[in-house]
Amino acid sequence: MTENIIEVRDLVKHYPVTQGVVFKKTIGHVKAVDGVSFDLKAGETLGVVGESGCGKSTLARVLMNLEKPTAGQVLYKGQDISKLSGGALRRLRRQIQLVMQDPYTSLNPRMTVGDLIGEPFEIHPEVAPRASRRNKVKELLDLVGLNPEHINRYPHQFSGGQRQRIGIARALALRPEVIVCDEPVSALDVSIQAQVMNLLEKLQAELGLSYVFIAHDLSVVRHLSDRVAVMYLGKMVEVGTEDEIYERPTHPYTQALLSAVPVPDPTVRESKAIIRLQGDVPSPVSPPSGCRFRTRCWKAQDVCAQEVPLLEIRPGSDHPSACHFAEKREIVVTHEVA
Amino acid sequence: MSEQSAAGADGSGRPSGRLLEVDDLRVEFRTRDGVAKVINGVTYHVDAGETLAVLGESGSGKSVTAQTIMGILDTPPGFVTGGEVRFHGKDMLKQSAEQRRRIRGEGIAMIFQDSLSALNPVFTVGFQIAEQFRIRRGLSRSDAKKRAIEMLDQVKIPNAKGRFSNYPHQFSGGMRQRAMIAMSIALDPEVLIADEPTTALDVTVQAQIMDLLGELQRERQMGMILITHDLGVVADVADRIAVMYAGRIVEEANVYDLYRKPAHPYTLGLLNSIPRMDEKGQELRTIKGLPPNLMNIPPGCAFNPRCPMAQPVCRETVPPLLQLGHGRASACHFAEELVNRD
Ligand SMILES: Nc1ncnc2c1ncn2[C@@H]1O[C@H](COP(=O)(O)OP(=O)(O)OP(=O)(O)O)[C@@H](O)[C@H]1O
Ligand SMILES: Nc1ncnc2c1ncn2[C@@H]1O[C@H](COP(=O)(O)OP(=O)(O)OP(=O)(O)O)[C@@H](O)[C@H]1O
Ligand code: SF4
Ligand code: SF4
Ligand SMILES: [Mg+2]
Ligand SMILES: [Mg+2]
Repeated sequence: MTENIIEVRDLVKHYPVTQGVVFKKTIGHVKAVDGVSFDLKAGETLGVVGESGCGKSTLARVLMNLEKPTAGQVLYKGQDISKLSGGALRRLRRQIQLVMQDPYTSLNPRMTVGDLIGEPFEIHPEVAPRASRRNKVKELLDLVGLNPEHINRYPHQFSGGQRQRIGIARALALRPEVIVCDEPVSALDVSIQAQVMNLLEKLQAELGLSYVFIAHDLSVVRHLSDRVAVMYLGKMVEVGTEDEIYERPTHPYTQALLSAVPVPDPTVRESKAIIRLQGDVPSPVSPPSGCRFRTRCWKAQDVCAQEVPLLEIRPGSDHPSACHFAEKREIVVTHEVA
Repeated sequence: MSEQSAAGADGSGRPSGRLLEVDDLRVEFRTRDGVAKVINGVTYHVDAGETLAVLGESGSGKSVTAQTIMGILDTPPGFVTGGEVRFHGKDMLKQSAEQRRRIRGEGIAMIFQDSLSALNPVFTVGFQIAEQFRIRRGLSRSDAKKRAIEMLDQVKIPNAKGRFSNYPHQFSGGMRQRAMIAMSIALDPEVLIADEPTTALDVTVQAQIMDLLGELQRERQMGMILITHDLGVVADVADRIAVMYAGRIVEEANVYDLYRKPAHPYTLGLLNSIPRMDEKGQELRTIKGLPPNLMNIPPGCAFNPRCPMAQPVCRETVPPLLQLGHGRASACHFAEELVNRD
């Protein structure tokens, strides 16, 4: 049995929507994350996919303890992270690190690469004594495939893919157990994206890291993940092994999402059966009652408006899905090029 | 041989009767840091009813080419230093600002990547569309409004009438992109340039937008230039593909040939770098290194420092874009070898 390194239980994060300038009045809440539970095992990669605005980055921030949850818990090795303080909180901050989406704005332009990657050591001097820091930084640069001689350069002297490597080196500095990657390759070109993905895989194999890997590109997520969670409007609608999600999805939203993935092969154009969803994603301030997907779902029945479908395994399927009528469906996702 | 020889495919030099042709276009940006040679002889064309996809890495010059076609190049610092952009056989680069303005919208229209900044935040979406009918078609205020609502309806914005008086920020990303499409096709253009029309959107909405564009194109027999770096979208909708690298077309082919058998090592590298659903667990093949600095493009083939097939000749001689037959062209010294090997 592999142990759970992180356990998320009924996590909720709401943001108040206010009106008025002087006397701010709360007129509602953005239900960014609204009751999410999952586990992350040591050494595994959990992929998180979903449409823009479904709450992926919010989830990442709460996991990182950068924001307090409105309700629910994040347990790190059994301890509630929002209750930690002092030394325990500092130790936690070492163990979970974040790599952010935008390699262009997430690095301070006035710091050299050496300072950027070495900065975590200032906060956690116990990890590397001052005298050895420069060498540690050079080792990290080498580890992520950058030239250690470039330690005195500034971020603008690097390309997007190289900057993303700097972000990764920085996240690795304190030898964390978990890295939360929030769209780490979305801003990169395909050829550079592939370099960074290979790097993430190599580091996981060498250092035994666990990843929470957030992205909206389903092929990227499949390539890297052991298990995948699908989010829609603040809720997890389906979770399973990458095989269960990609080969046997049972939630209509997952099915629509997979069917719409553009396949890089023109010969399957005609045979592709895209499930065409109607309309737009509803506002997270007033999500639909019952199942949140019902306004776009072709299978919706009366019960879908009345009862919230639980994320659970239903008869005839092998993994949890939050649909009253979860069932398999043939989906043509061919990525084979002759 | 000159690169132009690839353009007039029949080599006869007579007017080709093509809708829009970019011919050996050259553009540079003169900045404080130096001169960046951004477009170095781009040649492509699009005919009525067909979709040309322009593919290439960030910075390869896809948008600058489009801006030059539209006559909205940022000058200075950008300058056209050579080539022609012919619309119905006439070089637009030689036309007056007034003539060009008349072509914009009715002849050639463009959808921009970033719809939020392309729509004016202080006017309602409906007003911005209606204005075109008032100014360009001389319609009355109420007729223009009626036409604008029809347009919003045509791009499948629900409750178009009610949405007419919404501001851009009141639309979701997908709806804004549809509003942009409505605006750009309002005057029934012959050519539509779509610069990354779905990059900011997720796959389910992207599928809706691409469907919509396809439908409009079939109905109106528009020529479409689709700029993107998404090899999946291209495989779905393109008829022909032009691949750009460092400001040049390095390969041109119909969509089936290009995916089956790329004739340029850069295209091959791009296709190999896509994560495929069926190749999980394997290391992705990558293109090593980085795109060139446009202020200092390597001599010979610009791709040579990254190319696994590079030979000494590649560092000395610029490979011209040569026809390989069947409308295929490649700018690689070893294109024949690449296509003929299995
Ligand atoms: N600080 C905040 N205050 C108010 N609303 C917020 C805040 N942060 C996020 N939101 C809202 O919460 C919802 C979820 O946002 P989040 O950034 O988590 O989405 P996401 O899934 O990461 O989207 P994307 O794919 O676009 O990055 C959105 O509706 C967003 O507008
Ligand atoms: N106004 C400008 N001033 C200086 N350089 C510019 C300007 N506009 C574009 N460039 C440069 O021209 C080159 C080509 O840019 P272009 O926008 O055409 O790239 P692209 O292929 O569209 O890339 P992307 O996929 O990132 O949109 C880039 O190196 C860019 O930095
Ligand atoms: S619960 Fe109902 S509305 Fe929701 S996904 Fe299932 S069938 Fe569709
Ligand atoms: S010309 Fe030479 S360097 Fe350029 S793509 Fe062909 S083989 Fe590679
Ligand atoms: Mg996000
Ligand atoms: Mg561009």
